[in-house]
Amino acid sequence: MSTASPPAVGARPRFEPQIARRKLAGTSFLGACMAAIGLLLLALVLLLYDVITKGLPYIDLDFITGTPSRRPEQAGILPALVGSIEIGLMVGAISFPLGVAAAIYLEEYAANTLFNRILRTNISNLAGVPSIVYGIFGLALFARALQLGRSPIAAALTLALLIMPVVIIATMEALRSVPDSQREGAYALGATRWQMVRRSILPAAAPGIMTGIILAMARAIGEAAPIIVVGAASFVTFLPTPFQEGFTVLPIQVYQWASRPQDAFHGIAAAAILVLLVLMLLLNGLAIIVRARLSRHLQW
Amino acid sequence: MTTDGRPLVLRRSATERVIELLLASAAGAGIVTTAGIVLVLLLQAVQFFAFVNPIDFLTGTVWSASILPFRFGVIPLVAGTLGVALIALVVAVPLGLLAAVYLGEYASNRTRTIVKPVLETLAGIPTIVLGFFALNFITPELLKPILPEIGTFNMLSAGLVVGLLVTPLIASLSEDALRAVPRGLREGAFAMAATRFEVTRKVIFPAALSGIMSSIILAMSRAVGETMAVVLAMGFNPRLTLDPLEQGGTMAGFIAQITSGDTPQDSLQFKSLFAVGLVLFAITLGLNLISNRIVARFRNRYS
Repeated sequence: MSTASPPAVGARPRFEPQIARRKLAGTSFLGACMAAIGLLLLALVLLLYDVITKGLPYIDLDFITGTPSRRPEQAGILPALVGSIEIGLMVGAISFPLGVAAAIYLEEYAANTLFNRILRTNISNLAGVPSIVYGIFGLALFARALQLGRSPIAAALTLALLIMPVVIIATMEALRSVPDSQREGAYALGATRWQMVRRSILPAAAPGIMTGIILAMARAIGEAAPIIVVGAASFVTFLPTPFQEGFTVLPIQVYQWASRPQDAFHGIAAAAILVLLVLMLLLNGLAIIVRARLSRHLQW
Repeated sequence: MTTDGRPLVLRRSATERVIELLLASAAGAGIVTTAGIVLVLLLQAVQFFAFVNPIDFLTGTVWSASILPFRFGVIPLVAGTLGVALIALVVAVPLGLLAAVYLGEYASNRTRTIVKPVLETLAGIPTIVLGFFALNFITPELLKPILPEIGTFNMLSAGLVVGLLVTPLIASLSEDALRAVPRGLREGAFAMAATRFEVTRKVIFPAALSGIMSSIILAMSRAVGETMAVVLAMGFNPRLTLDPLEQGGTMAGFIAQITSGDTPQDSLQFKSLFAVGLVLFAITLGLNLISNRIVARFRNRYS
């Protein structure tokens, strides 16, 4: 019990909930959040609008099946389109086995030793290396040391290294999402570790793994910086083959055309962007279909 | 017993060991890649430093690798890089954090299913497309009417699109950090009659601050390494300037510029790209390590 006299009435702290003011602060903040989301949405809409209105008039069959030209109205993108698809497929073929194997090791085999922790940290660090630095590495190792030159295969190997961390991390997540009861069930039937992984875990993780790979391929197809360093050519009128020097891809073609001052070249650059975006959209669609098909038989 | 006379279990275990070794070597390939990157950058940079004093390189304030007299002072490139990254963060930090708080604390499931794909789409757009957007729309349609003296190629538009590019990264990582804050903290604050905004600002946000900081540093690292959006939006003309309405040059921009031209590969100018690459690699690695460290240090605070 306090015997001190209460402080003077004027100095007495009063409890003022100030509900109205606090509610207003909350509402204004929510308004700011909505404005931020709205701004991002607006940016995306403006970007698509800009590319579609500028590019669509230039898209026709001749544009898809034509080759680059000094005259924008006659230029086509077939070499770049074929280059992108060819390199995308090679990137998938290279990074799929390596990335999945590495992920299986890290997720299903690796004990918690210092070395394995270093492996893990290293992969997250590799994911943070700028793509252009991969380009420098690809130039020195694949183009020069292994003498692959400025060929699609050198570009594909470089891009495969670039997306490897993405593939590994996606695969590890897919493996982690398989419940342990699957593993225990396989062991209980006398399976070895590899039999368990191959017959039980991999099929269950397949939807996630395939989605990860396809999305990584989409990312590789959109990359330009490392390919510039490895040595994509600026003017290619023939269809590229994997080991032959001289190739181009869609993002490089966009870069070449967009760098020119003339409006018509910007138009065909926008048209090439549309083709690139459609290609990526198709890959995303493929990922959804593959995921649905592969997970049809899964249930736990 | 199997045909080769050994017990089945033993033969199995031999196969098992070979398989484990194969899988482990795939995982080890990552280490080889890292070592390879570092080795290539170092060895080639050393060749360059045989001609250019590394101190002059790191402290020089003039970069001219295509116009005589050649000068290799990396400061203008570093300044241009940090300038773009700074503008990008000024855009991306508020946008990304507001989006993260909205998604993590306010949005209904229905709204999330609309907003999340928008962010993911934005994150998936090739950076060359954002560069095109900057050069073809942001500069002429948005900035020119307000800032008539702005150049066709300018640092401001580059910073803006790079900001757009890293916003989804900040939003998604910060949202994860917000979601990781235990329910108890949130409920305790609500029980004290705090409004939702007060709970977010005074309880959730401080609790998630380490994750949020690490997402911002990671975004800065992405911005520093970004190439194509920057090259298209601001061209390459390295000068030591603070004026964002002018052209500038970044480290990644230089590497793209020197390799897309027809500079002879054995020339000094070409070799300088490895030294610039080394600086770029060191800066991004440093930022990533700081980001990892912040996360690791605070990871167990609530578990």
